[in-house]
Amino acid sequence: MPRITVTVDGIKYEEDVEPRLLLIHLLRERLGKTGTPVGCDTSNCGACTVMLDGKSAKSCSVLAVQADGCDVVTIEGLGANGSMHPMQQAFHEEHALQCGYCTPGMVMAAIDLLRDDPEPSEETIRQGLEGNLCRCTGYCNIVRAVRRGAQEMGQAVSSS
Amino acid sequence: MTVQEVGRPRRRKEDARLLTGRTQWTDNLSRPGTLHVMFLRSPMAHARITGIDVSGARGLPGVVAAFSGQDFAAEQGSLPCAWPVTDDIVIPEHPPMAVSEVRYVGEAVACVVATDRYRAADALEAIEVDYEPLPAVLDMTQALAEGGPKVHEAGNKAYSMKFTSGDIEAAFRDAAVVIDRTYVQQRLIPSAMEPRAVMADTDGETFTIWSSTQIPHVLRVMLAVVTGIPEQKLRVVAPDVGGGFGSKLQVTAEEVLCLLLARKLGKPVKWAESRSEGNLTVHHGRDQLQHVRLAADADGRLRGLQVDLLADMGAYLMLLTPGVPTLGTQMCNAIYKMDAYEFACTGVFTTKMPTDAYRGAGRPEATFIIERVMDELAAELKLDPVEVRKRNWIKHEEFPFTTISGLTYDSGNYEAATDRALSLFGYDKLRAEQADRRDRGDPVQLGIGVSTYTEMCGLAPSRLLGAGNFGAGGWEHGAVRMLPTGKVEVITGSSPHGQGHVTAWSQIVADALGVPFEDIAVLHGDTAVVPKGMDTYGSRSLAVGGIAVLKACDKVKDKARTLAAHLLECAPDDLEFEAGAFKVRGTDSQKTIQELANAAFTAHDLPDGVEARLDSDATFDPENFSFPHGTHLCAAEVDTETGMVKIRSYVAVDDIGKVVNPLIVDGQLHGGIAQGIAQALYEEAVYDAEGNLLTTTLADYLLPSAADLPDFTLDRTESPATSNPLGVKGVGEAGTIASTPAVVNAIVDALRPLGIRDVQMPCTPERVWRALEGARQ
Repeated sequence: MPRITVTVDGIKYEEDVEPRLLLIHLLRERLGKTGTPVGCDTSNCGACTVMLDGKSAKSCSVLAVQADGCDVVTIEGLGANGSMHPMQQAFHEEHALQCGYCTPGMVMAAIDLLRDDPEPSEETIRQGLEGNLCRCTGYCNIVRAVRRGAQEMGQAVSSS
Repeated sequence: MTVQEVGRPRRRKEDARLLTGRTQWTDNLSRPGTLHVMFLRSPMAHARITGIDVSGARGLPGVVAAFSGQDFAAEQGSLPCAWPVTDDIVIPEHPPMAVSEVRYVGEAVACVVATDRYRAADALEAIEVDYEPLPAVLDMTQALAEGGPKVHEAGNKAYSMKFTSGDIEAAFRDAAVVIDRTYVQQRLIPSAMEPRAVMADTDGETFTIWSSTQIPHVLRVMLAVVTGIPEQKLRVVAPDVGGGFGSKLQVTAEEVLCLLLARKLGKPVKWAESRSEGNLTVHHGRDQLQHVRLAADADGRLRGLQVDLLADMGAYLMLLTPGVPTLGTQMCNAIYKMDAYEFACTGVFTTKMPTDAYRGAGRPEATFIIERVMDELAAELKLDPVEVRKRNWIKHEEFPFTTISGLTYDSGNYEAATDRALSLFGYDKLRAEQADRRDRGDPVQLGIGVSTYTEMCGLAPSRLLGAGNFGAGGWEHGAVRMLPTGKVEVITGSSPHGQGHVTAWSQIVADALGVPFEDIAVLHGDTAVVPKGMDTYGSRSLAVGGIAVLKACDKVKDKARTLAAHLLECAPDDLEFEAGAFKVRGTDSQKTIQELANAAFTAHDLPDGVEARLDSDATFDPENFSFPHGTHLCAAEVDTETGMVKIRSYVAVDDIGKVVNPLIVDGQLHGGIAQGIAQALYEEAVYDAEGNLLTTTLADYLLPSAADLPDFTLDRTESPATSNPLGVKGVGEAGTIASTPAVVNAIVDALRPLGIRDVQMPCTPERVWRALEGARQ
């Protein structure tokens, strides 16, 4: 079995993995990182989105071996020092989650879309989140949360 | 001065955990040595199983066991149907694992238990099944024809029922206008974001099952009945549950089989479905053929409404399958007055996945019928669709009003909600733009859809549910206990999966007991923690379960008053309760509820006959349903060249009585409206001519994304419910019930001058384009 080295939420792991093992199953079943859920098997829903070397990736569509040498950040590793990331906080403030199952992926996708456009319009946000499905919110408050998160992150950048 | 909590847009207590991934989804759980279960499922819609050999799977790496239906035959019982709507209903045996015959694609025929899910999946390949194909039964009308292939020996009709009120023949005789239409409610897949998962374990004596379910308490009763495991030895836990929308209001084959596997193997077993497995085997929703006739006078006054449904049951009757369409009995007449009404429904077996409750359950279907046909009446009479509704709806001064179908609507104000909606929408301006685009022959036409809905929810009154042959009561249970440190634990029988019970119940209890919002914990979803419950469906949690908690608070206060009077050496009547403290009137002397909690805990100085506890519980069973209503308006742009529909604006003014948390209420409406729009525009479960489901993935079954939906403009009017002390009504399903006809009415309104009077859902560009082509010829 191939041996891979992968850093997840700041901790370095060495794991022997079957070539067919999906990254999401490595995270959930081997490393105990159950904060990232699985919502489908065709990469449509985006619930399993994580950051792979700084870019969002659907971890159900990545083999663990493809993550060899990579840095993975999950929803569990997003906040610093026990506080929430501004985007997580914005989701809370705007009531952008109900059951919360899509939320880890949605937050990751939201942060990723701000890399391209730090001050996105409603249209940009809606297009940018197209690959992440939510069944509870009708997306209204998610869009508001991403706007608020963008503002907070923008202020954090400008004040630092 | 304490701030009133009820009515505040409190941010949710639930969020932090969910936002940081510290979740307890069933598939996150594990016990030492947990084994993984995978099911082999029928690839045939209808077939006899002539041979099955699981031996090839046994002995493969990691495989612990493999079983076929024969191995469960003696112990698996039959999955329950708890709503036998008629006395002569046909309820076929429904083995959790098929033994001799399969009746839909996806039905489980065998399973493998292995050390991990990859090994289990490998081993499924080694199971051999021989099928002798039988004819698929897919079309309801053909299924009812004489001499055709049968799904079950007893035939393809599960039941038929008819309800009549008033003289329906007289209503149609000499009517100036009769509208006659047939509508199709397509089959839907509920698609909660969390796929189902089940884990079961035993210590050899007792059993625990964790399931992604809406109904831990009902499930416990049903699993005990089905498996014979004594109820007191069975604990059911609903951990974090990622959405339900009715799809997890079920007693599933997988729950029964996992429990039986834990018993057979004496080890913890877990099953987590894939999305494609779920699309095949999570119960589906809707699927009705609706024939409607409406009779009216020349001025638009309704005389009679006649509805005749064929409702696709699928292959078996599951928990509430037959009852869902019959909820239309009370709902097709909606907010309107009329002289006569008839509702008939026939439940039909087909070789498809069974249908059951899906957000709205029976009321969206009924609302679609009446709201679509009211628009047709308006068009026939060349009246504005709002005007034809006004001429027929119950006026606000007429409440309480007993409808033609026999329900008594306690409160409402359709005028107020409609006026507000028209104003927010800019109705007259949009009508002017519509006229302009029509005059110009603009290829993109504008349509305006109106939906003035009501619904019956807060499923409750046990008495009325019993009269409808519903298999259970409709009460809910709540308990409140003051802890020694003055904090509060609330226990609710309602089992949330995204609705925000923890936050809303905290607000109710904070006001009732005068304790800080932050000091309250809410426990739920575990039959070992919650003594009893009726769970979550039918927009019942607040209007029934929230009130049970409030009643328990009242009892706690009564106890506290007795104790306070004793400690303050006064009569109980001399005390007034304010801001969490009992005060002796006219003095500074007082005891806070927290001090009293501690006094009850130490029990050093209790009055005679008072127990050492400051806790209580209550069961609430309201005398009536709650009847939310509202006016939804949709403006849709329809491209007559491509068939593309774009929702330009959507206004919803809902009357859900008093509001506990406006943030949560708006969220429920947003999501509900989105799901109703999804039925109108995007979603459909499609089977091919052999009975194979074609929409097994989220690539084929189109859930709308953020890019497919607009923002919604919401507002509220407030007519408090009279059937509960908070004046609240349900809100979980209202948006879904209202929005589907609003969208379709808008599309038809846009295209009506082109000769179109219906577009079948989902109104995809292809469907709209074909309707236009049909009209052009």
